[in-house]
Amino acid sequence: MILERLFFILFAVVAIAAAGGVVCFKNPVHSAFSLIVCLLQVAAIFVLLRSPFLAVVQIFIYVGAVMVLFLFVVLVLDIKKASLETFPGLKRWPVYVILPVMAIEFLIVIFGKSFAHMQMAEAGAETTVEVIGLALFTHYLLPFEIISVLLLAAMVGAIIMAKKRWN
Amino acid sequence: MIPLTWFIGLGLILFMIGVAGVLLRKNIIIVLMSIELMLNSVNINLVAFSYYLDDIRGQIFAIFTITVAAAEVAVALGILIALVRNRRVLNSDDMDSLKG
Repeated sequence: MILERLFFILFAVVAIAAAGGVVCFKNPVHSAFSLIVCLLQVAAIFVLLRSPFLAVVQIFIYVGAVMVLFLFVVLVLDIKKASLETFPGLKRWPVYVILPVMAIEFLIVIFGKSFAHMQMAEAGAETTVEVIGLALFTHYLLPFEIISVLLLAAMVGAIIMAKKRWN
Repeated sequence: MIPLTWFIGLGLILFMIGVAGVLLRKNIIIVLMSIELMLNSVNINLVAFSYYLDDIRGQIFAIFTITVAAAEVAVALGILIALVRNRRVLNSDDMDSLKG
């Protein structure tokens, strides 16, 4: 049990550090690699939550597809000018004030007394692919079909957007 | 057993970092990556509640979120490529042609 907590802390610390790297790195390529590290840590946290299928989906789709797409776009565009952007100074100072205040406020609410009485159901068994597939193809069939159409529309839209202008 | 609040706290911190990235950075690619970060932190919350309430629905929603995020990235990067090709801007402050 204590080992589980130690692993959670390890994954959480690395994930937060990598997320900070995404925001702070000057070069978009470094940011992309930092985001890959963060997404892998989130996948590990999904494993800790006994949902291995979602962890695999996370790695396949996010790390395998989305981040590779990001890196391709960074390669296609010339980032010489853009990568010279320095980390934003104090010009946008309200962000530095409002976000930490909001974060501390939320953390006080989460770790405070109001959540303490919410005793959750004792942890369930590991969800297998069979259970997820059964739910997805019976109870959630309509959302599944709608999301497929959405994905197709997004694909067509992306191709048309990126196509050279035809006259 | 890990307390549920730890997962919510982790999701909150990652979400705040993502919001900070969207608000502070000017490079559009990094803004898009920060949006991915925010969507991921929401997924952590969904899966954590799915585990602690012993309910499959949270994971189903997380799968839908991942799909929508993939579609969003495809469209956003298509728009970005078209924008850079036609206007030569990669800075979100320079994209103000819709401003009256």
